[in-house]
Amino acid sequence: MDFNYLTLIIFLPVAGAIVISLVPGLSSKLIRYIASLFTFIPLAISIFLFIAFDRSTSVAGTIQFEELSPWISAINANYHLGVDGLSLPLVLLTTLIGFLVVLISWKINTRVREYFAWLLLLETSILGVFCSLDLLLFFIFWEIEVIPMYFLISIWGAGRKEYSAIKYVVYTLFGSALMLAGILSLYFTTGSLSIIDMTHSGSAMVQSLMPAAPIFFMLLAGFAIKLPVFPLHTWLPDAHTDAPTAGSVVLAGTLIKMGGYGMIRVCVGIFPQVAQDYAQLLLALAVINIVYGAAVTLRQTDLKRLIAYSSISHMGFVLLGIFALGELSMVGAGLQMFSHGIVTGLLFAVTGLVMHNTGERNIGKLGGLAKQIPFIAVIFTIGGLASMGVPGTSGFIAEVTVFIGAFSSNIVDGVNVYTIISMLGILLAAAYILWLLRGVFFNHPLEKFNGTADADRLEKTYCAIFVAAILVIGMYPMILTDVIRTGITPIANLLGG
Amino acid sequence: MDMPIPNILIWFIFLLPLASFVLISFFTKPILKKPRLSGYLTIGAVAGSLTLSIWTLISILRAEGHELVIPDFNWLTINGVINIQVGLVMDTLTAVMLIVVTTVSLMVQIYSQGYMHSDPGYHRYYAFMSLFTASMLGLVMVNNLLLMYVFWELVGLCSYLLIGFWFHKPEAAKAAKKAFIVTRIGDFGFLAAILLLFSQTGTLDIAQIHSLALTGAIGGTILMWAAIGIFLGAVGKSAQFPLHVWLPDAMEGPTPVSALIHAATMVAAGVFLVARMFPIFEHSPDALLIVATIGGFTAIFAASMGLVMNDIKRVLAYSTVSQLGYMMLGLGTGGVAIGIIHLFNHAFFKALLFLGAGSINHATGTFDMRRMGGLRKVMPWTYFTFLIASLSISGIWPLAGFWSKDEILVSTFDSQPVLFYLAMATVFMTAFYMFRVVFLTFGGKYRGGTSSQTDTRPHESPMVMIIPMVILSVLAICSGWFNVTGDFGHLLGHGAEHGFIEGFFGILTHPLPWISLIMAFAGILLAYAIYSKNWISATKVRKFFSPIHTMFFRKYWMDELYEDIIGEKILNKGIFARLKLFDSKLVDGAVNGVAEAVMTMGRAIRQVQTGQLQLYGIFIILGVLAIAIGLILWG
Repeated sequence: MDFNYLTLIIFLPVAGAIVISLVPGLSSKLIRYIASLFTFIPLAISIFLFIAFDRSTSVAGTIQFEELSPWISAINANYHLGVDGLSLPLVLLTTLIGFLVVLISWKINTRVREYFAWLLLLETSILGVFCSLDLLLFFIFWEIEVIPMYFLISIWGAGRKEYSAIKYVVYTLFGSALMLAGILSLYFTTGSLSIIDMTHSGSAMVQSLMPAAPIFFMLLAGFAIKLPVFPLHTWLPDAHTDAPTAGSVVLAGTLIKMGGYGMIRVCVGIFPQVAQDYAQLLLALAVINIVYGAAVTLRQTDLKRLIAYSSISHMGFVLLGIFALGELSMVGAGLQMFSHGIVTGLLFAVTGLVMHNTGERNIGKLGGLAKQIPFIAVIFTIGGLASMGVPGTSGFIAEVTVFIGAFSSNIVDGVNVYTIISMLGILLAAAYILWLLRGVFFNHPLEKFNGTADADRLEKTYCAIFVAAILVIGMYPMILTDVIRTGITPIANLLGG
Repeated sequence: MDMPIPNILIWFIFLLPLASFVLISFFTKPILKKPRLSGYLTIGAVAGSLTLSIWTLISILRAEGHELVIPDFNWLTINGVINIQVGLVMDTLTAVMLIVVTTVSLMVQIYSQGYMHSDPGYHRYYAFMSLFTASMLGLVMVNNLLLMYVFWELVGLCSYLLIGFWFHKPEAAKAAKKAFIVTRIGDFGFLAAILLLFSQTGTLDIAQIHSLALTGAIGGTILMWAAIGIFLGAVGKSAQFPLHVWLPDAMEGPTPVSALIHAATMVAAGVFLVARMFPIFEHSPDALLIVATIGGFTAIFAASMGLVMNDIKRVLAYSTVSQLGYMMLGLGTGGVAIGIIHLFNHAFFKALLFLGAGSINHATGTFDMRRMGGLRKVMPWTYFTFLIASLSISGIWPLAGFWSKDEILVSTFDSQPVLFYLAMATVFMTAFYMFRVVFLTFGGKYRGGTSSQTDTRPHESPMVMIIPMVILSVLAICSGWFNVTGDFGHLLGHGAEHGFIEGFFGILTHPLPWISLIMAFAGILLAYAIYSKNWISATKVRKFFSPIHTMFFRKYWMDELYEDIIGEKILNKGIFARLKLFDSKLVDGAVNGVAEAVMTMGRAIRQVQTGQLQLYGIFIILGVLAIAIGLILWG
């Protein structure tokens, strides 16, 4: 691969951001079109890469579309990009969501120029995280993301937006401080920053300067906050509740996936032995995430907050899949990350429509909307069904793959017990999703919502794209698992399971 | 039809209704703007499926070993880890189920042309009905446990959508949610069993799991837990005690929906599931005993509530629960054939009863039997078909219900005497509550319908509703005759064959059928005495049995137990509320507390930052000294 596809994908959005912020006199309308162009091209390229990706078993684990050039040779840092079966679906997800949020943000009217510039910068930083194979590069992209998210929440948000934005920043920085310490420890013990080299040669590279477990946990802290893992999760409902719709969609859709991705790529990939030693702890946290998250979700009355809490529960399935450490369970985790991205992305998008069109976000005060806004009701229902794992949707196959993979994983003792308890999560999911649907859309139509606008053409379009993605993966999951498998197999082989 | 059915056409049994769903959802309404087309599309698709199903049945009967082999294709394959293939199992059990589903579905779709004619959600109704029929057909055909679970959940979804069809009615919205969640409790067990079987066998192919169970490769407690898990799924879907509570509430949906989904097909899916996985149960006597006991208990338990309901659909709903209990009892004591033959017969007469109730509702505008009466004269067709179905379900010779109920009683008598007496008592109760319905609705004088319709006289339903009922009543009479010779049971792996005439009359030379006939006639007679002739006053009976009546009428307070005590008090307002408090006060509070502490500390330390270099110098020296001392002491 001579052509630098990944560089193009990563930096096109930020190029768009530069154009938007520097070229004077652009109308709001033109800015929107520029933003959609600079997010659509990366989407098109990543679809192309997804098709061109070599899925054969013989090349499993090989990095494809690799780009490698020296960067800071003094510390052996390289500009090293590449994707494998684990990261490619996430790149596709990020570019897809990146394009769709531009459409979702079409009605933003305050400080349009800045808004889209931040949004595009955000996409670049997330894509950078998924494509970087050099730890320093990885860390830089990881850090950049905080800035646009901070501004998106604190300027275009609602409610206690300053509090939530600061909270988000503090949490993230706390995690990344530990992560940086972990990266430095890794660098000083191995003399390398290459994720690939460290994964390949394993613990042999780690000299005995420092035991592996503390490094593992320092790195894990950053990822655990992002995923988020109990008890580090409370930033998430606040950030979601107060973020603008597009902010929530990016946050739930792609940003928190950086946590799960990092756990597999860095924590399990470089420290398979430590991961196995501490799997019990992380599985216990996964179960807490799933069941406790779902239980707290059931008590939420704010539409957005409810979906935010459901994310905590759903990301628990990712954690379960990863630290069950089975090949199938980790494939399931990868699938669940993608699925959660589109499902919760859709739910936040339609929630935004409901809130925007009715001016109400308290479930108790909504009701009977199915007659007044039938299209939104149908889409919300489909998203809800996917969220509670009804077959035919991506949510079902992702969760079931995690369950089957985790239950039959023979690497961690007692994992079947954790799996069975986790299954309560889908039971509770049915309860809160159906409660929400009934509360918002069913029962008698309320007079105060007569004349509420249903989705317009643009809104219908992006909803339909989300729904199509959810259904395609739900009906033919191999479209993704074929790719994810090639990334997971070599990591699973490290565990000797 | 000498030619065996081509493989591709078998797929169409499932694909036709699915195509109808897709066309209705995306084409006839949104693009063609012709909602009327939805009805015809659905009826055409289901009729096509029925034709193909009959062809399949004939092919299977002629095939070697009564099974067709259909090639699979890959759905979810990860080399060396999991391999899930989409494939069909085409044996006699599937063939019987295909006939049941397509026949009842077709009748119900035609009937709905009349019943749903002026409903604004007409096209949505047919879209869901098509999707349901497709999912139900998929459920009975697939050869893989995970895919079976997929369709299992999809029929549940359709049930949810159709119970809540009139979603603007609060009761309907509530009932839909209740149905989904209660059945999902059962699905939890089903899914757990799937995980267990996969982790032990590495496959989800039903035939492979069966052969592993037969050879003893899996056995003991694992097999028992797998069987119990599967049965838990069946308990939820087939509304067996203690998860029966959703089915009576599900009557909030349109009546044809109740006939198809909540009487004939979906609720019977639990019975089908146990039958399909029977080799697993067969090697686990404990599990089989649980199936029989739950079934036998549910039969009489549900019947007791059916005795006292005033809503005609609720009576029928409890009757369904009770009959499903019979089927489970048959499976648990006698095997696949005994349970499935009753499923087959029950599908026709129970669907007919519901269509009859719908027809009555069409005429009177109510389901409350206290507002009916005297309909025999104005609705003769409805009356006759309803009467046939009632006789059939009561087990009167030689109607369909008699034959299958007799088989269940015989097999129970042989193996579980206690359950046999319960089943016998249930025969009496069944006959009583059915004829209570018959006499209250069709006998006596008309008592008014809905308050708004008092001036309009009830009328017979249109022919489009009558014809399906007549067809079903023919089946309610003679569907049991397929097994008079023992042929049907033999195909499903049970019993001996003998001549038709010999079987038809010969059965009356045994004492057991006479006992059950006497019980049934006693039930009918009692209903006649109370509700037709008033020889015994209904009010007095109710007063005499007041505490028991209240217990039945309040459904043993199980709704209160589940919804108010467990759901609200213990979970929602108890555990969940505490966890939420814990989350916002303790988890989040701790973080904010730490943040606060850091801020306070920051403020304190800021005092030290005076900007005086000398002071900083002193600090540096002190620090270096501290390090040096530390190194000397511990280094």
